[in-house]
Amino acid sequence: MDAKHIRDNTVRHVATAAKYTVVSVVSFGIIYPLLMTLIAQTIFPRQASGSIVYESGNPVGSAIVGQLWTKPQYFHGRPSAAGKGYDPTSTGGTNLGPTSKKLIDATRAAIAQLKKDNPDASGPIPMDLVTSSASGIDPDISPQAADYQASRIAKARNIPVAQVLALIAGHEHGRAFGVLGEPRVNVLELNLALDGKP
Amino acid sequence: MISQRRLERRPKARSLLDAKILAVAALESFRKLDPRWQFRNPVMFVCEVGALVTLAFFVRDLRTGGPAGFDFAISMWLWFTVVFANFAEAVAEGRGKAQADFLRRTKTETKGRRVVDGREEVVSATLLRTGDVVRVVAGELIPVDGEVTRGAASVDESAITGESAPVIREAGGDRSAVTGGTRVLSDEILIVVTSNPGETFLDRMIALVEGAKRQKTPNEIALSILLAGLTIIFVIAVATLSPYSIYAGTAQSVTVLIALLVCLIPTTIGGLLSAIGIAGMDRVLQRNVLAMSGRSVEAAGDVDTLLLDKTGTITLGNRHATEIVVAPGVERSAAVRAGYLSSLPDETPEGRSIVALAETEGAAGKADGSTFVPFSAYTRMSGVDLAGGESIRKGAPDSIRAWVRERGGNDSGILAQEVESIARAGGTPLLLAQDATILAVIHLKDILKPAMRERFDRMRKMGIHTIMITGDNPLTASTIARESGVDDFLAEATPQTKMALIKREQQAGRLVAMTGDGTNDAPALAQADVGVAMNSGTQAAKEAANMVDLDSDPTKLIEIVEIGKQLLMTRGALTTFSIANDVAKYFAILPAMFVTAYPAMQALNIMHLTTPQSAILSAVIFNALIIVALIPLALRGVAYRPLGANAVLRINVLVYGIGGLLIPFIGIKLIDMLLAALHLA
Amino acid sequence: MTIVGWLQTAVFLGIVLLLTKPLGAYMAKVFEGERTLLSPVLAPIERATYRVCGIHPGKEMSAVAYLLATLAFSLVGFGYLFVLLQTQKWLPLNPQHFDNFSADNAFNIAASFMANTNWQFYSGENSMSYLSQMAGLAWHNFVSAGAGIAIAIAVIRGVARSGFATLGNFWVDITRAVLYVLLPICVVGGLFLCWQGVPQNFHPYQNVVSLEGFAQTITGGPMASQEVIKELGTNGGGFVNANSASPNENPTPFSNLFELVLIFLIGAGLTYTYGRYVKDQRQGWALFAAMAILFVAGFSVAYAAEAAGNPLVHHLGVAGPNMEGKECRFGVPASALFATVTTDTSCGAVNAMHDSFLPLGGLVPLADMQLGEIAFGGVGTGLYGMILFVVLTVFIAGLMVGRTPEYLGKKIERREVQLAMLGALVLPVLALIPVALSVLVPAGTATLSNGGPHGFSELLYGFSSTTENNGSAFAGLGGNLYFNILMGCVMILGRFTFLIPAMLLAGSLAAKVRVPATAGTFTTHSPIFIGLLLGTIIIVGALTFFPADALGPIVEHLLMLQGKVF
Repeated sequence: MDAKHIRDNTVRHVATAAKYTVVSVVSFGIIYPLLMTLIAQTIFPRQASGSIVYESGNPVGSAIVGQLWTKPQYFHGRPSAAGKGYDPTSTGGTNLGPTSKKLIDATRAAIAQLKKDNPDASGPIPMDLVTSSASGIDPDISPQAADYQASRIAKARNIPVAQVLALIAGHEHGRAFGVLGEPRVNVLELNLALDGKP
Repeated sequence: MISQRRLERRPKARSLLDAKILAVAALESFRKLDPRWQFRNPVMFVCEVGALVTLAFFVRDLRTGGPAGFDFAISMWLWFTVVFANFAEAVAEGRGKAQADFLRRTKTETKGRRVVDGREEVVSATLLRTGDVVRVVAGELIPVDGEVTRGAASVDESAITGESAPVIREAGGDRSAVTGGTRVLSDEILIVVTSNPGETFLDRMIALVEGAKRQKTPNEIALSILLAGLTIIFVIAVATLSPYSIYAGTAQSVTVLIALLVCLIPTTIGGLLSAIGIAGMDRVLQRNVLAMSGRSVEAAGDVDTLLLDKTGTITLGNRHATEIVVAPGVERSAAVRAGYLSSLPDETPEGRSIVALAETEGAAGKADGSTFVPFSAYTRMSGVDLAGGESIRKGAPDSIRAWVRERGGNDSGILAQEVESIARAGGTPLLLAQDATILAVIHLKDILKPAMRERFDRMRKMGIHTIMITGDNPLTASTIARESGVDDFLAEATPQTKMALIKREQQAGRLVAMTGDGTNDAPALAQADVGVAMNSGTQAAKEAANMVDLDSDPTKLIEIVEIGKQLLMTRGALTTFSIANDVAKYFAILPAMFVTAYPAMQALNIMHLTTPQSAILSAVIFNALIIVALIPLALRGVAYRPLGANAVLRINVLVYGIGGLLIPFIGIKLIDMLLAALHLA
Repeated sequence: MTIVGWLQTAVFLGIVLLLTKPLGAYMAKVFEGERTLLSPVLAPIERATYRVCGIHPGKEMSAVAYLLATLAFSLVGFGYLFVLLQTQKWLPLNPQHFDNFSADNAFNIAASFMANTNWQFYSGENSMSYLSQMAGLAWHNFVSAGAGIAIAIAVIRGVARSGFATLGNFWVDITRAVLYVLLPICVVGGLFLCWQGVPQNFHPYQNVVSLEGFAQTITGGPMASQEVIKELGTNGGGFVNANSASPNENPTPFSNLFELVLIFLIGAGLTYTYGRYVKDQRQGWALFAAMAILFVAGFSVAYAAEAAGNPLVHHLGVAGPNMEGKECRFGVPASALFATVTTDTSCGAVNAMHDSFLPLGGLVPLADMQLGEIAFGGVGTGLYGMILFVVLTVFIAGLMVGRTPEYLGKKIERREVQLAMLGALVLPVLALIPVALSVLVPAGTATLSNGGPHGFSELLYGFSSTTENNGSAFAGLGGNLYFNILMGCVMILGRFTFLIPAMLLAGSLAAKVRVPATAGTFTTHSPIFIGLLLGTIIIVGALTFFPADALGPIVEHLLMLQGKVF
């Protein structure tokens, strides 16, 4: 192909490309997501709207989004690097590497805080409670991490530890189909249960 | 008298590493350090630039008190690397040069008798031009290439071919070409000059063996691109390593970076590549085949279909008469005598064998006054016209039948069954007739060359389809094909059908090789991807072919194919080896580079090399010495095994891939131990 | 490491294996224009598209024309997104009233999505309007993936055809790719993800007050429809910054498995399509096997490293695997798996923060990209990247058996080697040189969030990822004007400098006449060939990057074992 031929061809291709862009933006960029929303809102309205959890008619959170918990009578989640903590509009992890001094210092501080918060806890320190999650809004903790906090919660609520442990066991989500992911408990779900709300 | 100098025989083979060649090559390898020469080979050029730069740093360090000893050692070994590569090439070239020198001596000062208008004049060979006619008599050197136009002579071609047995050259037919520099032993011939001075066969041969016009072959070019690409990749990898190491607080000296670079670029194959190519051509010449280009040798390795002339390749050239079957109602003795008489003047092996057979049945005597009618491709028969007026003919059955009919004889059905059964048995039926009467059929038996079946089996394993070309009828051809083990055959071949076969194969994407000698083979030879002409053949055939077999041995084609394959295999094997070597070199050099800043890097020093300096130096020394160590392999070629492609691949990956991975670990370790023992680093 | 952890990967690979044949066969049908189950619905749309855009579906293109069409479309798409991002403030569907992007950031994002990279120097949840997400980014996800598949099909035709001057029609191939392949899977898959919990709405963000009385803003948007194409098209650009680690994008282990399968699906399917086209399924399965081996090897290393955990953290008195930057619902095995899968392809979605992986765990995604993302690979790009490696391997192997090398009957000669080498040069040139530049200029190291070798790894990872159009990051590397421009350029060059030699190679192969195979031809589906192919990939890929990697993850690993921190 000579230069002129290529030039003419290019002009023609660009014209086709422009038309194709318009057509495909309308069909895949507008119609497709709108249609999907319509269907999703019809058949999965709760999930499609963000799995919002209501308590006495008030939205208290999302079932899939983690929250900041500080009071002793509630289960606490993992350290979060999302904004000032559990901010869904600023998700992310610490992005600290394994040999980062900051990471080691932060982990050391988290361990100290954890031990301070749970003076009566027994057993090994759960790894997930002293490391930041990837999203910063991890809604879950490991069952071990929940168990670790049981005595504190029992004390704060003045109920037997066994009751808390039983609650944890009752709300444990196992691996999907026995193989996928890891066993975990949803912190919001657990805390709602603690408050005696389904 | 014209030039009676005794002819030397061209030495065919030389030992791989002839002392004289080595001495010349050693000198030559320093002359090749000229950067203009190195520039054609990017890999070695980079190596030479590295040697130069490290040398400059050595000089600088001498003044500034830097690590001059280390710089010097690295620089020297980089120079050695280039010199070793040059040496490999020079040795390969040296073998060709020795041949060329010999041939040049043959060329000296011949004179010839030019015949102009019936008068003769003695002129220097350099004055002879195409179209001139020259007379050469027994004992004289043939001054120039030509075609015999009259007479026949035995010629000593040993100066060219290295074979001492004289050959017959005669006017007409397919043995008419003569080569300048050969000697007429008996008789005399008239020759038409076919090439001008400077363009003769000898000139071309000198240029070819010398490698003066050596051009890179297609695969060699492709491989060079691959190697150049790898070189660029490693230049980038090493050049960027300099800022990286500064950032990591462990800045590296230029000498060390260059050492790493040269170890990573494929110097082994880069240094040996041209030697492999030259040696491949040389191996062809050792087999007494003159390849007009490296391309054709390479193409030989790719051949899918091999066309082989039956006669001379699959069967011995001479068929033997084994039986005379007499027609009903014909007296046996008369028939035998007719066969005897008709064959007496026939000098062909077939003719002589008929005479011999007839003599066992008591035939004797001579036929005075008879005239011999020689065989021709048109009549497809030969015979004698006796003094008494009778004519005897023997030849192809249908030709004889036609001849008999012409004379008013009856041919219908006579001996038809016998002819058929001879053909079916793979023999050649020769009908014998006197005037209007068919007398007998002579059974000429083809004699298969020994061990052909194994060769064809080998070809088949290599994926080469063999086709036998014969003028025989399909019945005979199929029998011989079956007995010899050839894959397929083309019966009743004519130049046209042969050409059509070649084109058909090529259209199906196959590469075709063939041999030929006659003028009518020329178009097919030109059409075939690999055409090998017999040196005994006509000038036209030799011009059309891309190789000439000086021994005129049609089976040579099989060897040429093997050489072509071996050439490519050697390149592939050494490329694999060269690249696989990099792994060990990394493990030698990288920890050495960074261990000062990061003592933890010692963990990567899996060879436990003594010091960072000794590690780097050992890798560089190994890199240089491996070239020398592989020169014999490059020149000889990797071991060739006639196996299927998958088996060959498995073996070569194992030997050169896995071997290439492991050997440098051992080599570098040993060199390091030696350096440490000698307190050199 | 646990058996369950391995089992999860086995289940995943098993599902991919099961889907390869049906999807591959379906794609072969689609691209040869045969009728399929979906034709009654989609064929009218396809014809209408051609009519409106003035496309003549019967007219095939040469390699050069095909390339020009690809480039023209990419150019227009780039310009469109560049403008959209700088005008979103004034456009509808922006309930959070996000501002326009700066020009350099818009350039980076437009380059990133046009090149199927989806490198994210922005956080979607706090800067990108719904319109920009769906009509800008998600649209690009569809068409850049479609273009990738189209090119792969053209390259496959190049290998399969004998004596042809053309490779197909780009507009037809891309239309069929998005309409018949991507769209149906997206509709079903998007709804599946929504069922698992991924939002799909146009609400403004919702404010909630937690049981403890903290205010929280729950984000929304048309996420499910975008999430599915992001994985299927191996684009990887998350609706939100945390990408598939965010429970909004990837709420359950089941959705995680689903997304993983989506990432490998088309790359794996194309190996079967390839077998169909060249009329020898074994050739396709050989590529599949080579890819699967690379994948399993990578996963093993990453899983082992992450499961062992960080010794520096262990010293603090807490045992266990490395959970920094990982989600509880996935844990270490699913995170190591996702990291391997996303970088074996050009996806770049993440469900854990690669920056916080252990050195050897992080080396795996880095090396995966440095090898060219060919283990199933990006939609299309993986296959044609693999074919370039096959060409180089065939060349070396072919020489070793003593024949001019041929692949599937096509002789590999000077031009093919030249083009394959050009393709092989792209990665070192584009990934290594900018890293060298970056360590030399202040702007290049100003935004690193880690010191020591890990900081260097962030740079190396960043440029490997942008060159290879992956988009995953050692996300500690922050965006600035310097990186916006340099990485934008690297992404564009990375896509096209690789695509051009691949297309020209296809054109050159298509024109060749097929040579019939004989016993002298080595088979290109034997274990020995697969081994050699892997050897070539590792030699060309790993040896190029070994020095750089040695100064990054490798030395960091050794220093970590000695207890060093930075």
